[in-house]
Amino acid sequence: MGASSMIVLIIAALAFSSIAILIAKILTKATTNKQKGEPYECGIPTKGKTWIQLNVGYYLFALIFLIFDVELVFLYPWAVVAKKVGWIALVEIVIFFFILFVGFLYAHKKGALKWM
Amino acid sequence: MWSFSKIANIIHEWLSQTFNVTWTTIIEMVIAGVAVISLFAVLGLVLVIMERKVSAWMQIRLGPNRVGPKGLLQSLADTLKLLVKEGMTPNGADKFLFNLAPFIAMMVAMLLLAPIAFAKDFQLWDLNIGVLYVSAISSISVISILMAGWASNNKYSLLGAMRSGAQIVSYELSAGLSVLAIVVLTGSLQLSEIVNSQANGWWIFKGHIPAIIAFITFIIAVTAETNRAPFDLAEAESELTAGFHTEYSGMKFALFFLAEYANVFIVCAIGATLFLGGWMPFHIGNWNGFNNIMDWIPSSVWFFGKTFFLIFLIMWFRWTFPRLRIDQLLNLEWKYLLPISMVNILLVTAMAILKWHF
Repeated sequence: MGASSMIVLIIAALAFSSIAILIAKILTKATTNKQKGEPYECGIPTKGKTWIQLNVGYYLFALIFLIFDVELVFLYPWAVVAKKVGWIALVEIVIFFFILFVGFLYAHKKGALKWM
Repeated sequence: MWSFSKIANIIHEWLSQTFNVTWTTIIEMVIAGVAVISLFAVLGLVLVIMERKVSAWMQIRLGPNRVGPKGLLQSLADTLKLLVKEGMTPNGADKFLFNLAPFIAMMVAMLLLAPIAFAKDFQLWDLNIGVLYVSAISSISVISILMAGWASNNKYSLLGAMRSGAQIVSYELSAGLSVLAIVVLTGSLQLSEIVNSQANGWWIFKGHIPAIIAFITFIIAVTAETNRAPFDLAEAESELTAGFHTEYSGMKFALFFLAEYANVFIVCAIGATLFLGGWMPFHIGNWNGFNNIMDWIPSSVWFFGKTFFLIFLIMWFRWTFPRLRIDQLLNLEWKYLLPISMVNILLVTAMAILKWHF
């Protein structure tokens, strides 16, 4: 099977999940009371909003990840031909990694990789 | 000998004799879909009971032993229990995203099955960028986790999801780089070609020390990517009750659970394909007698054996290492694993160009 297997798999996943949820819906009896729908917080009523601003640390890691992930995408075509191209490929990737590494060191020096 | 590819061929021939082309394709698609769904269901049941039995064994206790012979039907009973539980949505939750998240988790896990070679010549889709496909699709799974955590309107869920997001995107880098080491050695992104290149020895043996370093980084990274202990910060029971699926119940929770175990299976299958030779049997030089015996074992048995060995390894980690703190976790990735795997890529390239591997 070619690319159509992707469609088959997506349909299979959707069918499996929705049938399972549907069966569960038929088998169960829904009850309601005042406390049931409250967000779980170990028994204490929740205070304040949930959707608040979070620590900037997550954002910094996401930014650095973006740089390295784009680098990784560039590496895929390089990796396929590296053996054929020979030493030039190695020299190129050393230069590429060197530039990246300088950026990485800068981020490290600025404290972007430190938690809190 | 019966093999998966033979059965598939017989079915295909019979169908094409009986029906015309369109119907053959449709019936084959239906068969593939049903096969994949049943594989998923069986995998979920087997992996859950395996996890419980392995953890019991490591803690010198019996584990589940009431339902069925030696408690082997325990996970079936659990599934039935989850089926009759009410799946509820908490007040103030984003209903659409809350209900969509388990579907996306399942879809990602299912899509990842496409390029995996389960046995000799037995693959759903042998695409020429298999490795890229796997890393591209698997990075979508973080969206379902973030979606579930954000939509739940629960502080534990949100914290768990944010942690999980930081963790998964970080460890994706070293997983990708260690996979690239094998791509450099093989010169192909196609999974079937990577398996074929290991006919005279698996890469973990042929690739010397760089391949072993890549294998170790890969195992650490995928353990973190599938949110398993010691990297299970996303659902750390003692801190966050259950992390991103605190508010999920009934079948929606079961779907998350199943997707998680399916992901463990898939990353182990990828690891077995890249480093341990996929369905290739174990051969030693020119010991012809030994090699013939090894060839006699079916290829699917080899594949599942290697995969389940890696799954066992990941379960072993869970009961051996204590959970890391989030700053330790991110330090491990950014200050150790990432530089090591970058240097390792250079080593592998030099080795591949000098042809030092066998």
